[in-house]
Amino acid sequence: MTFEWLHPFLIATALLLAAVGAVRRVNLWRAGQPESVDFVAGLMAMPGRYLHDLHDIVERDKYMSKTHAATGGGFVLSLLLVVLVHLFGVQNQILAWALLASLALMFVGAIFVFKRRLNPPSRLSKGPWMRLPKSLLAFSSAFFILTLPMAGVLPEGAGGLLLTIVLGVFIAMGLSEMLLGMTWGGPMKHAFAGALHLAFHRRPERFGGGRSTGLKPVALDQRVLGVQKPEDFKWNQLLGFDACVQCGKCEAVCPAFAAGQPLNPKKLIQDMVVGMAGGSDAHYAGSPYPGKEVGQANGGPLLTITEGLIDPDTLWSCTTCRACVEECPMMIEHVDAIVDMRRFLTMETGSTPNKGAEVLDNLIATDNPNGNAPASRTNWAADQNLPLLRDVKETDVVFWVSDGAFDMRSQRILRAFVSLLKAANVDFAVLGDEELDSGDVARRLGDDATFQSLAKRNIAALSQYKFKRIVTTDPHAYHCLRNEYTDFAGDVFKGVEVLHHTTFLNELVQAGKLKLSRFKGGKVTYHDPCYLGRYNGEYEAPRELLRSLGIEIAEMERSGFRSRCCGGGGGAPITDIPGERRIADMRMEDVQTTGAELIAVGCQQCTAMLEGVVEPRPQVKDIAEILASVLLDDEAANDVENQLEEAF
Amino acid sequence: MQLDANTSMDLKIVSLISVGKHPTSGRARRAEQDGRAVELGLTLAEAGRGKQNLTVLHAGDSQQSALRSYAGMGLESVRVIQLRESADAVSPLTEYLRKHVPDIILTGVRAESGESSGMVPYLLAEKLGWPVVPRIANIVSIKEGVAEVLQALPRGQRRALTVRLPFIASVDNAAAEPRQSAFGPANRALMEQQQAGSETDTVRSEWSELPARKRPKRLKVVKAKTAADRFKAATAKPQGSGGKVLKDKTVTEQAQAIFDLLLEEGVLR
Ligand code: SF4
Ligand code: SF4
Repeated sequence: MTFEWLHPFLIATALLLAAVGAVRRVNLWRAGQPESVDFVAGLMAMPGRYLHDLHDIVERDKYMSKTHAATGGGFVLSLLLVVLVHLFGVQNQILAWALLASLALMFVGAIFVFKRRLNPPSRLSKGPWMRLPKSLLAFSSAFFILTLPMAGVLPEGAGGLLLTIVLGVFIAMGLSEMLLGMTWGGPMKHAFAGALHLAFHRRPERFGGGRSTGLKPVALDQRVLGVQKPEDFKWNQLLGFDACVQCGKCEAVCPAFAAGQPLNPKKLIQDMVVGMAGGSDAHYAGSPYPGKEVGQANGGPLLTITEGLIDPDTLWSCTTCRACVEECPMMIEHVDAIVDMRRFLTMETGSTPNKGAEVLDNLIATDNPNGNAPASRTNWAADQNLPLLRDVKETDVVFWVSDGAFDMRSQRILRAFVSLLKAANVDFAVLGDEELDSGDVARRLGDDATFQSLAKRNIAALSQYKFKRIVTTDPHAYHCLRNEYTDFAGDVFKGVEVLHHTTFLNELVQAGKLKLSRFKGGKVTYHDPCYLGRYNGEYEAPRELLRSLGIEIAEMERSGFRSRCCGGGGGAPITDIPGERRIADMRMEDVQTTGAELIAVGCQQCTAMLEGVVEPRPQVKDIAEILASVLLDDEAANDVENQLEEAF
Repeated sequence: MQLDANTSMDLKIVSLISVGKHPTSGRARRAEQDGRAVELGLTLAEAGRGKQNLTVLHAGDSQQSALRSYAGMGLESVRVIQLRESADAVSPLTEYLRKHVPDIILTGVRAESGESSGMVPYLLAEKLGWPVVPRIANIVSIKEGVAEVLQALPRGQRRALTVRLPFIASVDNAAAEPRQSAFGPANRALMEQQQAGSETDTVRSEWSELPARKRPKRLKVVKAKTAADRFKAATAKPQGSGGKVLKDKTVTEQAQAIFDLLLEEGVLR
């Protein structure tokens, strides 16, 4: 063949340039802060993480998972074989046929990518991403034809000069997208960065079905607290940003985005990439932050992010609901990044918006967010005769009351729960006014200093006593106690189980310790609190509890791990960034489509948010309240038993 | 804030701070009014040459962590005249201020703990021979050595005053709220210690402190007819009402009127 050298030359050049690009890209990540990672173990685990963890998430969209398996798998295999067959010139019919097969697979996949791109949903980015299916097709078809002679299908040299040149153009096009684009910042970058991100993920516990949701503590003696410039992120966080495929799955589930607040998690991650690489967001081709134009943002690795790249309001719109993280096929950690940047705003510039500063001041001065007298923490229980740990020293269950103690609506939940504990004869006690705010809000608002101070003092209080379990009705406190205090607790929590009240109550009910009648009300739906579900994986216990009352739950479309936030997390009601709608209203619409008359919840914050929606709307009740309303007192329970006996 | 070129160059401001006390928890904190004095000082300094024009001064214990919550407003340092707990702050403060001659001294109206007499600005003014402007809400402008100041009156009313530099002003709750205190700068700020001789506050050492008891409140019967009146009644700062102005009466008549009132109110029996 004339120009025999052309195609190998193209391949070699592309590989070389890709390698140069890779080095440059790696250097961008290395500008981040050190974080120790087990490199070898990570790389070894990477294929498994790809095949299981990542693909499990992609699998939620069957169309895309098949398409991706064909295209991606076909491509990786093809590339290996292309190098063998066309670059090193290995003459082997079997290899050639294998290459044809993998290219065909890739081609078929590419056709489906192409189809999806004909009328793409708004969450997908356009721009260079619209070119990708064409490049995939060019790559697979050109190499397919080029390989035919080697498989003995076409005679050597068929097609002549013209074909060689046409193929050359297609190959150049395919190679530059697939190889150069991978390391020089094209759409295929996701494959390169994504693979390494899986290997060096900052939360390796997430793989293999694990869960890692606690925020990482800030070392308070640092030069700058929180993230001011892209360089202040850990290097593997920067790597993670680069892994984004702009699939917009995060955007589609983000409650703040849907409410028209100026946040779009996908754009946020892309802005992080802009910051890391330097430049402007003019090339971004996806949905903007609601109400904000694209193309105005500029950033660089050494520039303050919140001065020109990201509006602080974007960061303060997030409810930390983790819906984005849960949906992200690349397992990117949006919430970590957002809170890291909030930490800078709060702890360095003192610019927590709206009620933020006041709430933080109160937490510092009174250990509760509303500035109530610390000594009035147990006033709600004046008539409850609760055993205090200070007196009993030792108990089975510590009932962690949480700040609901100061709120009249939440007190109804607390009372209901206490009546259940008493009915089941649980050996429990409370910390009384030794208990402080869990620090949840302080931490989400970026004030890790205050969080750490509260956490340490709470731990010190707990460490004086002996107990086996901590049970709380507040999922936020539950999350802190269970997942975030461990960084400061030494072995205070050793052998101690932290439970949400629905889990605990379910145990009691299943063990027959509570005598309950059946629930006689209308249709019931259940709202999963983010901090119980996505943060702690508890979806089942509340449902089982409801079922044991004879309730058939009318599930919302967005329930379980896809549950939509009520809008109450992450300090969002405190920072209160305006949008076009309220998140709680949208959640109430979700409820109304089920026709439910009662929403069962497991969180006082959700209760407050959902009850804040104007009437007419379904009633809102905590599961503890529902249980307490059908609790049979001893007499009634005996009656039921007697009746049963008589009946036999 | 308007500053003319001359004054802005070398305007020296001192904000005096004390250790506040949170009303419900009793914990040490940034005092509300002193925080406002620092805020006003910062605003003035930022309008001029920069933060170095502002000195934030405390007489007491430099280890007191509540001082850091002032520093968290973005101060590089807080100057502390180191004193024993029993010491009287006024004379070391006077000494310091005589030496450094600032143009404006800002204080709170009264401290949140200790004697809380609100006398510090007056005592300092007496010793320095400067004018005092009590309860200001803002400093509008400083031109050719004269400041235009807004004094806070009840019901959101303001009185515009002009005062020649140097002067002392106490800052009312109506002034701009102090900015958020951030942990990072608070933690890093320098506590510049200065030693000073001092005398024991003998008056205070003879006192004993008790938690305050709420005084019974006189029931307010609101006979308002309109919503606006009710709103006024609900938001009004306590203000002498129903009084009589006895400007043109003789001294005896005036004294009689006061005596009658005291009898009527049950102060004299
Ligand atoms: S961050 Fe994740 S979910 Fe969002 S667009 Fe990127 S890859 Fe998709
Ligand atoms: S955590 Fe929730 S609110 Fe925040 S960006 Fe993700 S989806 Fe949006």
